[in-house]
This record gives sequence, C-alpha cells and structure tokens, in this order.
Amino acid sequence: MHELGITQSIVEIALRTAEGQQAKKIHSVTLEIGSLSGVVPEALQFCYDACSKESLLEGSRLIIEEVEAKARCRDCAVEYPLTDLLACCPACGSAAGDLFCGEELRIKEMEID
Amino acid sequence: MCVDCGCAEPDHHHGEVPRKRISVEEDILAKNDRLAAANRALFAEQGVFSLNLVSSPGSGKTSLLEKTLADLKSEINFAVLEGDQQTANDAERIATTGVPVHQINTGAGCHLDAHMVGHGLEHFDLDSLQMLMIENVGNLVCPASFDLGEDFKVSLLSVTEGEDKPLKYPQMFRASEIMLVNKIDLLPYVRFDVAKCREYAERVHPGIRIFEISCYSGEGLDRWYDWLREKVGEKRTKG
Repeated sequence: MHELGITQSIVEIALRTAEGQQAKKIHSVTLEIGSLSGVVPEALQFCYDACSKESLLEGSRLIIEEVEAKARCRDCAVEYPLTDLLACCPACGSAAGDLFCGEELRIKEMEID
Repeated sequence: MCVDCGCAEPDHHHGEVPRKRISVEEDILAKNDRLAAANRALFAEQGVFSLNLVSSPGSGKTSLLEKTLADLKSEINFAVLEGDQQTANDAERIATTGVPVHQINTGAGCHLDAHMVGHGLEHFDLDSLQMLMIENVGNLVCPASFDLGEDFKVSLLSVTEGEDKPLKYPQMFRASEIMLVNKIDLLPYVRFDVAKCREYAERVHPGIRIFEISCYSGEGLDRWYDWLREKVGEKRTKG
C-alpha cells in the first residue's frame, strides 16, 4: 500500500500550493497517473478521502487522468501503446522498446477559491 | 426550476465566485526524488558504490549479504542498511560479520524511501566507506517506485519461487539492472526452469544482467564478486 505515502505527498503539495495562492477553498485536485506508474487509482482515491480530513482539502474532488503508456521501438522506431510491459512492437515484433510516457505521477492542476 | 432556491427561473446564479483553476505540474514523488538525488550526490562525492536489494520475503537477501560480507570484507569496506517493518533480527545477523549495520523499521510502511536512507547514513563513517548495501523491505511491488539514490537496484529471485516472477512483477524487474537467481543448489529438487526465467526477465528488461548463485553452496558467487569489485573500483576512481 505505497498509495498511502503517495497520497500524503499529494496532500502536502496541494496544501502548500493552496497556501501560496491564499485559497479559502479547494474544489478539486487533478492528477496525471501513468498506466505503468505502479499506482492503483482506486487506492489513491480511498487514501485521499482519509488523508484530506480536517484540512482545506476535505470534501474536495480528486480527479485522476490516466496517461496511456507508449514505447518507441529500438529496432524500427515505431511508437506504439504499451498495454503492459510485455507488449511487442506491432510493426516489426521486436520486444525491445523504450518507454517514453506512462510512468507519470503528477499533480496537474487544482480548482480553488 | 432552480435547484438552489426553487424559483421558476432555470439558469441564474446565486452570487458564486467563479472557481480559479491553477496549474501545479509537480511530480508527486518530487520530494523523494530530491532526497534521493542528495543521497546520490553524497555517494558520488565519497566514492561509495551502493546497491538497493529487492525481492519477495525469503528469497535470501540477508543470506546473500552475510555470505558476500564474510567473503569480501577483507578487501572492501562495507556498511549495511537493513529495512524491515519490524524487528532488528536482520541487523543482528549482519552484525555478527563485524560490518557496520543500521536497522530501519518502517512500521506499517512497505518500502524504504530516500529520507529514511539519508538519515540511516548518519550512522556510518562515510570517509572510509566503499560500498553500501541497502536491503529493502521484502516486497516486489512498492520499492520499485522509490529511488533511494543507489547506483543499481538488484532483484533477487530464488528457485523455490516461480520462474514467471519477472512477468508477474514487471515493474520491479524493469527497474532492476541486475537479477540474481538464488538457491540454485536446490534446482534438482524443484520445478524451476532457469532458461525460461532468463527469457522472461529479458522480455521485461532487455539487457538485464543475470547471475545464477547459491549462497549455500557458493556456486556462481565468484562472478557476482568480480562484478562488485569492478563496480566498487570504478566508483572509487570517480569519487
């Protein structure tokens, strides 16, 4: 359950950002989570509700935008979606691909008053 | 009908201030990554080669350390950070080798993070240190996401587990530059296909370096030791 530690980081960053903006209320926090980031969105949601209690984040919405993983084939340079880490290049069948997105764990934006 | 006041007018506002949307664009693990970068800079400055050992519980991380330390401590100055949820059992085992060791208990935590490692380093004399071994919490999932500042992650897999572990836990094997297949002295007694295991690891992580070893019989350890000597030497020169 490393989602708990990750959620604590989300809460820390969101509250620091809100304070910097002198926000009175936080409506939502939007995350970009790569499909291969190793994080389970449902678990983040669960932890978020627990971690945001009694803070400016309480009652705010956690919006998770999933980023599809993509790789570039080392042999033929074709870019293709990686549904899992074992997918092969659809053009040449090579298993050697370099992941260039899909591991994101970012806070994208927030809605505040 | 307006849902707020019940009047007949459908679209009217009740003095709401429009919400402000602000861009944050910050990595959630940025703090861990910053602390890991600080650890990495310290290792570089002091010429310390460091490994982060990861595996399921019971694959033989502590046995590997005991054996490696016993065989190489006369030529390499080691220190060990032990990560477990509870107990100092592993640190006590390492302490019998005479190598400096510090136990980190993570409590409910399922992995070590860069902050814990940074503080763990305070227990060692870095000036004389050549190699730091970090034994992570036994877990093939969570430690993959947390950089500790190490040079390499090393995944251990023992032949009493399934040879398909690299396929089942691809994140970890992709993050590891090295895979050690441990307990090969048991191969005659278990159904474990080493060739398949190598193929699976190679699929998840093309170019992964694999050592087949037994900490019990000592088989294969010479190649692992040669690799350690080489890497410690390279780091020492850079530091």
